[in-house]
Amino acid sequence: MIDAVGHPSSLLLLGGTSEIGLAIAERYLADGPVRVVLAGRQSPRLADAAARLERAGGHVETVEFDAKDAAVHTEAVRKAFAGGDIDVAVVAFGLLGDQEKAWQDIDVAVELAEVNYVATVSVGVALAAEFRRQGHGRIVALSSVAGERARRSNFVYGSTKAGMDAFYTGLTEALRGDGIGVTIVRPGFVKTKMTAGMDSAPLATTPEEVARITVDAVTKGRELVWAPAQFRYVMSVLRHIPRPIFRRLPV
Amino acid sequence: MARTVKTLVGWARTAPSRATVLSGDEVTSDTQLAEAVTTAGPRGVIARGLGRSYGDPAVNAGGLVVDMTARHRVHAIDAESGLVDVDAGVSLDTLMKVALPFGLWVPVLPGTRQVTIGGAIASDIHGKNHHSHGSFGNHVVSMDLLTGTGDIRRLEPEGPESDLFWATVGGIGLTGIILRATVRMTKTETAYFVADTERTANLDETIERFSDGSDEAYDYSSAWFDSISTGPKLGRAALGRGSLARLDELPEKLRRDPLKFDAPQLATLPDVFPNGLANKATFSLIGELYYRKTKNKRGQIQNLTAFYHPLDLFGDWNRAYGSKGFLQYQFIVPLAAEAEFRSIIADIAASGHVSFLNVFKKFGEGNRAPLSFPMPGWNICVDFPIVDGLGRFCRDLDRRVLAMGGRLYTAKDSRTDAATFAAMYPRLDEWRKVRDAADPDGVFASDMSRRLALTS
Repeated sequence: MIDAVGHPSSLLLLGGTSEIGLAIAERYLADGPVRVVLAGRQSPRLADAAARLERAGGHVETVEFDAKDAAVHTEAVRKAFAGGDIDVAVVAFGLLGDQEKAWQDIDVAVELAEVNYVATVSVGVALAAEFRRQGHGRIVALSSVAGERARRSNFVYGSTKAGMDAFYTGLTEALRGDGIGVTIVRPGFVKTKMTAGMDSAPLATTPEEVARITVDAVTKGRELVWAPAQFRYVMSVLRHIPRPIFRRLPV
Repeated sequence: MARTVKTLVGWARTAPSRATVLSGDEVTSDTQLAEAVTTAGPRGVIARGLGRSYGDPAVNAGGLVVDMTARHRVHAIDAESGLVDVDAGVSLDTLMKVALPFGLWVPVLPGTRQVTIGGAIASDIHGKNHHSHGSFGNHVVSMDLLTGTGDIRRLEPEGPESDLFWATVGGIGLTGIILRATVRMTKTETAYFVADTERTANLDETIERFSDGSDEAYDYSSAWFDSISTGPKLGRAALGRGSLARLDELPEKLRRDPLKFDAPQLATLPDVFPNGLANKATFSLIGELYYRKTKNKRGQIQNLTAFYHPLDLFGDWNRAYGSKGFLQYQFIVPLAAEAEFRSIIADIAASGHVSFLNVFKKFGEGNRAPLSFPMPGWNICVDFPIVDGLGRFCRDLDRRVLAMGGRLYTAKDSRTDAATFAAMYPRLDEWRKVRDAADPDGVFASDMSRRLALTS
């Protein structure tokens, strides 16, 4: 159960090696004991992630999960809930990909769409079913500012995040009557292994900062947050800029 | 069938959860209730009374919650023996009103009368007379318990079924559903108290007043203390101590109707308070007024509200904390831990977490129940508005309370973790054994039982 001060007893990370996901787990662990279920492909990286959280005081379990194999999502999510209630589930997996390849190479484009959109939808459906049965809990969807308005520089990625974001926005409403909350987090440029080697962008942030914002949002039951928070205002302006001007902006 | 899906919270209005609530016939009929319990489904079932527990013992996400207030009959009152036979859903308020004309007084009253008999047993509640009369379970002569197998068992505090009796006392509803109980009431000539009130200047004086033996002269005793002021005013208190008045102690005017239920309510607070109103400035001011209002006076005749339930002047006072709610932190530590106890009080005052409704009381002997809260020691209750960093602060308090051999109260707790709770209640496994035997399929469950991993 999420307790009176917002601390969960258990946390599920779908995308068990996600740097933001792990930072969220560490932030919770700093405040008290948490049972963490890491769902991901069995790999040395997943084992490292488990070890890292155990060092932080977590009781860690792993569940086999492959975002690209939608056929097994229901089973993987069911297994994640088999060891006891899950209080908070974070949909943390995602691919960034090579944007110039992505809009010209079908395989790259489809892979991005499958992982970032199809898999997050499939997982969302499975999570909704488990949470409704359980009667409490909160889903955190790691979206992106890139989904807010497609840009020439990363529109394939942006389009997948837009779809995912819209799905979880709707899911928020669908689950409202069941007492299940959804928090959508829209980070900007986050300095992680996924973005290593890329040029940093304005308002760049870190996994730790996104984690801080996410945990605060879950505690307060907020449904949409930006990381950093200024993006709410930046994007509300960018959203309305006419295309001829928008395409000239260095964004 | 009267089943509705509802979002339920505890009295502190934190951590809401959805459950299917049973009411009406399905609750009042023994056979229908037994059927509901045995077919409860994987998320289990828990009884709920008037919802005065602060945290999560009477909520059950995804499962069933039985609204026991449907069982509200007073079956028998025997003025001679002092025994009352009542349904578990009868409130202490109702019981007090019906029993007073017979010269009978509810033996243990907590800070509110809005709790049911079932809740009073399940939390083994205590009151200002703990040092003289113990907790509620001490006054229960027998009770009927609907167990997880659908059987109704009559339990008594002595004899072969006594293990389950004492596992149910303080057992937060997890041994079964208490249907009905016989309680031994306290005989009284009047409904008034003879009270002495006094102020202490600091924590030393407050501790001294509870340690110098003067408490023994009173059946009822407790103090409000200042948990905000640091420095020389730290721990200053307003003490209220007294006993039920005898008829010859009442002034002429009150003697005509000495057993009159005299407990006025001024107003019910509307649900309009913003978050943040409960802050250091407002609490310091109210605290100062409350402290100054208390005069050093002996032998005053006071009604129940004045002496016992000043908060009852304001119905639904929990709304004053705003929508974020608040958190009650009640702990007890053994008397021997006085030095560390003093430093905890100082650290609460210095913490920036402000509390106004602070209770300070020295407890007497505990009872046989493995999960009963009271034991001889210093009992402190404070309530903090929910703000950032409160969880970490309370976790640190937990650690210190545990190190002193102290513990938290299930009716108040809403945030501690399973390992800490288990360490605070070393007889937890003994309780689990008795519980599991009465509920082999693990039918009874609550958000609290999951949070604290109480049942298997």
